[in-house]
Amino acid sequence: MLEIKNLQAKIGEKQILNGIDLKVNAGEVHAIMGPNGSGKSTLASVLAGREDYEVINGTVQFNGKDLLELEPSDRAAEGIFLAFQYPVEIPGVSTINFMKTAVNKIRHYRGQSPLDAVAFLQLMKEKMKLVEIDQSLLSRSLNEGFSGGEKKRNEIFQMAMLEPKLAILDETDSGLDIDALKIVAHGVNSLRSKNNATIVVTHYQRLLDYTVPDFVHVLYKGKIVKSGTKELAKELEAKGYDWIKNEAALV
Amino acid sequence: MSKDNQLLEEFTSKEYEYGWNVNLEADEAPKGLSEDTVRFISAKKKEPTWLLEWRLKAYRQWEKMPEPTWPNVHYPKINYQDIIYYSAPKQKKSLSGLDEVDPELIKTFEKLGISITEQKRLTGVAVDAVIDSVSVATTFKSTLGELGIIFCSFSEAVKEHPDLIKKYLGSVVPMGDNYFAALNSAVFSDGSFCYIPKGVRCPMELSTYFRINAANTGQFERTLIIADEGSFVSYLEGCTAPMRDENQLHAAVVELYAMKDAEIKYSTVQNWYPGDKNGKGGIYNFVTKRGLCFGDHSKISWTQVETGSAITWKYPSCVLKGDYSMGEFYSVAVTNNYQQADTGTKMIHIGKNTKSRIVSKGISAGKSQNSYRGQVHIMKRASNARNFSQCDSLLMGDQCGAHTFPYIDVENQTARIEHEATTSKIGEDQIFYCLQRGIDEEAAVALIVNGYAKEVLNQLPMEFAVEAQKLLALTLEGSVG
Repeated sequence: MLEIKNLQAKIGEKQILNGIDLKVNAGEVHAIMGPNGSGKSTLASVLAGREDYEVINGTVQFNGKDLLELEPSDRAAEGIFLAFQYPVEIPGVSTINFMKTAVNKIRHYRGQSPLDAVAFLQLMKEKMKLVEIDQSLLSRSLNEGFSGGEKKRNEIFQMAMLEPKLAILDETDSGLDIDALKIVAHGVNSLRSKNNATIVVTHYQRLLDYTVPDFVHVLYKGKIVKSGTKELAKELEAKGYDWIKNEAALV
Repeated sequence: MSKDNQLLEEFTSKEYEYGWNVNLEADEAPKGLSEDTVRFISAKKKEPTWLLEWRLKAYRQWEKMPEPTWPNVHYPKINYQDIIYYSAPKQKKSLSGLDEVDPELIKTFEKLGISITEQKRLTGVAVDAVIDSVSVATTFKSTLGELGIIFCSFSEAVKEHPDLIKKYLGSVVPMGDNYFAALNSAVFSDGSFCYIPKGVRCPMELSTYFRINAANTGQFERTLIIADEGSFVSYLEGCTAPMRDENQLHAAVVELYAMKDAEIKYSTVQNWYPGDKNGKGGIYNFVTKRGLCFGDHSKISWTQVETGSAITWKYPSCVLKGDYSMGEFYSVAVTNNYQQADTGTKMIHIGKNTKSRIVSKGISAGKSQNSYRGQVHIMKRASNARNFSQCDSLLMGDQCGAHTFPYIDVENQTARIEHEATTSKIGEDQIFYCLQRGIDEEAAVALIVNGYAKEVLNQLPMEFAVEAQKLLALTLEGSVG
């Protein structure tokens, strides 16, 4: 589904990604872990197409398309979803209105007719249950005055609405208490299928207790320095990142 | 001597009497402004002497007044002698088909979802006599008539309801109120008149759209709305499509008069030609709008969405004379490219327990300048007066300007006044968030801007609000990125 080869990217003059190679197949969950500043969020942003980052080398194929050639909104329409680490506030625009616009824009891109109000509402009600989110929250201005947990749950709700092929969760676990974490994980798990894939970007292992990854990669200084199974995440949790750093220094 | 010649003789001698040597048969007044021009207009409209005298008095006041320089707008000096102050509406060149219309304009119409018939009407294409709106207008008029509501052109009102005009003309905006109001008083061409009788709730939105003969009222429009005791009316001004209009200077006057327990809601969506991308051309919109809450418990509410004109200079205001009367002002003013807007409101609290509310949302893009100018004045007698003002500015890009000039004068210690102001930018983060959800940049800007202006747009009547939303997006098209 996704194939990243030798991806290098910089922001300003500072190179952050130093040659990432990663292959994600449909049905898989990959966790990307690493210490602060290792380039995890940058990788998520580059895949989503944030303009601040300049790709200087490498290729990214997504379902046979050159992802780096696509506009950010087209990437979304092709099925890439980014759950933001810091969801953005848009005053005066409700989540409902935001999602209605997004769903219909994506449908338009795919040559489908727009959902009417009834069909949209039905879809929304169904997805609301999944993340245990209240409709009153969705009627409020997007993310404005939301608690940290509400913002993250809202991200997963949006993910459920848009049914992406590849979901990238950027530090979705940060700032969540254990109950919110379980709800978010439950949402993510329910959306898993053999047709879609998930990349979980996280600093800690705890989300991975609930959303169990097939593969774990450790990112350090803009490169994947170690890959393994969920056991690797446990090892990281126990030993911290220092041994990875030391190992990397030896190479 | 034939009868015709006799008439002519009479006319010419009369003309001479007043030092007037203008050909009455002409459809157009000669260029320039003088007492003769004022007489010409009045004669053309077959007005009674008192109205001519009123106009002349206004003209004489105007002559002595300096053009205001305090607004935060810049434009080359207007040569008032280089303007034609009256031309018969029929003179406008009629196009034979839409294919003669600027294709850019047609594109805009399509984006706004305006019907072909309406497109033709707006661009000046000759339309068949039988169009939908004619029959609409007829049924409309009879419904209003049954309720005793008067809704007609200003000229018609001068003929049919001279007592009302005589009593209320200039009662809210005196002829010498300001430079442009004085100019309008001297040379106003036509406009709308509306009277709602006691206790009547006007069952529909009144709009010039339904008044066929209101087309081409020209650059000096005059509107007078009177709501008698306990009545209610909602009035829509303007049109959401760009008007084909060659007149550069527009100086309209709107007067609202609300008696005891009456309520007037006045909504405007203004989208006149703003000039091209380089700031060439465009309308100068210098308008005086004021409402008088004359009776106790009366209410006047202004809502405006201003997206057009090269220069906008307007301050729809409320004079809260009656006790417990209430004034509201909701405004969205958008400027792009080289547009300039200096707009806001005045709330003059005279009566006791009067309340006012101001919500102003400015949006500047391109190289435009957008100013809010507002005054809240609590007079001595106005005990327990309350005001709430909120002035927000939204900036797009880094070459535009947003300015706020709030003035507050309080002469009564019991007054309560709140003022909130914010300035924000459309963030790259907001845009990217939308993009990541599959919403393209144009739609993202539309979404964000409409969210920002929501509180004001919510005040507009439903069908107007939808068009206004599209219009906001259209005005700001291409202003990000």
